[in-house]
Amino acid sequence: MTVNSRNAFTPETRKVQLRVDAGGRWKAGAAPTIAPLRVNPTDTAKVSLKGISLQYKTGNGSRLLALDDINLKVSPGEFLCIVGPSGCGKSTLLHLIAGLHQPSMGTVLVDDHLVDGPGTDRILIFQELGLFPWLKVGENIEFGMKMKGVPKSERRERVQHHLRLVHLSKFKDSYIHQLSGGMRQRVALARALATEPDVLLMDEPFAALDAQTRDLLHDELERIWAETGCTIIFVTHNVREAIRLGDRVALLTFRPGRVKREYAVNLPRPRHLEDPSVALAAREILDDLREEINKSIAAEYEGVQA
Amino acid sequence: MKSVKKVGKHVIFYAALLGIWALLAKLKIWPSYVFPAPLGVLQSLRDGFADHSFWIGIGVSMKRIIVGYALSIVLGMVLGLGVASNKFLEETMGGLLVSLQSLPSICWLPLAVLWFGLTEKAILFVVVMGSLLSITIAMEDGRTQMPKIYRMAGRNLGASGLKLFWYVLLPASLPFILSGLKQGWAFAWRSLISGEMIFVSLGLGQLLMTGRDLNDMSLVIAVMILIVVIGFIVDGLIFRTLEKRLQYKWGLTSAT
Repeated sequence: MTVNSRNAFTPETRKVQLRVDAGGRWKAGAAPTIAPLRVNPTDTAKVSLKGISLQYKTGNGSRLLALDDINLKVSPGEFLCIVGPSGCGKSTLLHLIAGLHQPSMGTVLVDDHLVDGPGTDRILIFQELGLFPWLKVGENIEFGMKMKGVPKSERRERVQHHLRLVHLSKFKDSYIHQLSGGMRQRVALARALATEPDVLLMDEPFAALDAQTRDLLHDELERIWAETGCTIIFVTHNVREAIRLGDRVALLTFRPGRVKREYAVNLPRPRHLEDPSVALAAREILDDLREEINKSIAAEYEGVQA
Repeated sequence: MKSVKKVGKHVIFYAALLGIWALLAKLKIWPSYVFPAPLGVLQSLRDGFADHSFWIGIGVSMKRIIVGYALSIVLGMVLGLGVASNKFLEETMGGLLVSLQSLPSICWLPLAVLWFGLTEKAILFVVVMGSLLSITIAMEDGRTQMPKIYRMAGRNLGASGLKLFWYVLLPASLPFILSGLKQGWAFAWRSLISGEMIFVSLGLGQLLMTGRDLNDMSLVIAVMILIVVIGFIVDGLIFRTLEKRLQYKWGLTSAT
């Protein structure tokens, strides 16, 4: 595991100050007031992946190694971004942490407990969201609590709270198809947060959104992260987005997915996608990423020809 | 405006139909016990309801269809989900189910009588066999067509076992199941009427046979009208409403 130490990156330093610049981009009242708890990464890990490999059979019967010996530690309250070309297994990795699949080799530990199935301490926000179209917005948010057996009165209260948190109070009784893409994202976020997870897993959640909506959701996500203090593992193919949000960025290689490099992002918050420092930092990672993207394009091209 | 026009069309159509019917009866080409006039049928309807025989027939038939259909749904669910979740069964039994569906439910009648005698059970058996296959196939389709994401999302949010089935898998696959449920109901209704014809069973099918025994064609047509109307009401009130609700929730209706 090598750590890039040029420019904005310093090896293994993850002390990020959360602050509001005077006249910064935070909306009034939306500024983070509580900084998440920062713990030295060597002490305890919230999530640790030890030697994770995943192999599966493809349609034509051949075996494909999707993930190969992934080792990662995520500290409590950390915001880790995972980037990589499409097909590097980054979504699969999140599914493993969520406990929806089992790795072929290696272990996933959360708070030093072995993950062997889904649990509401780790909630995954899927790329396609997976909101339930037969339920209203409020009922979607309530779902996880209902499964957990939270009493009805408390559920109602927490639904209200989370609706306010994502600014959707007026849409409690709407159905999912009546909402815009950005609003659906926020419902998914609220639904995940309502179960009060320690770890939030996000799979390219903002990939399909327009730029303005995405910027807004970046701000909101950062605020919610600061308020709840949860650990976030965020998968994206957008390097700038990773720098914008993450305390640390892990770059995966193309098939099989390995951790190619980790970068500590030591830029002050709040950041913005258009900040020159963000762009500069992104370029560092992009150079490494490009190599992997080329591999993925080549593989795709071969696939077409074959 | 549109609906007024639509109603108008219907009024004209049915008036013309009745007119032709009345005219043909008036011409007395066939004797009236073979081809009754509309008024005779109306009289039979009135008599049937007045002496409660129609009410009893409807009541008995409805009770049977509810029990039979409910049984079909439960069995179809078990069978369909079983078949869908097992690759071997899906490849082997899946084909058998589809080919068995081409068997008219009345074919089960001799078998039912031999097994259960001239009893309620025999009728129920025919009803269940009539609708079970379409419901099983519908459940199987629903299970395989349902987007996988809902299952994962449900598990992710802490649902498992029966809760996962009841709160996630079932509602998620309902749009794919509903047309099969509807078809199953139609088959159940037809099978019931034919099943009821076999012995003195008080149902609507039996009323048809009574009409035949008494050479009372108006009674036969009156009961036929009843059967059609009940089928129409159940389809319109229950299944259409369900369909519309689903379409609204899932956002499948075009903006009106």
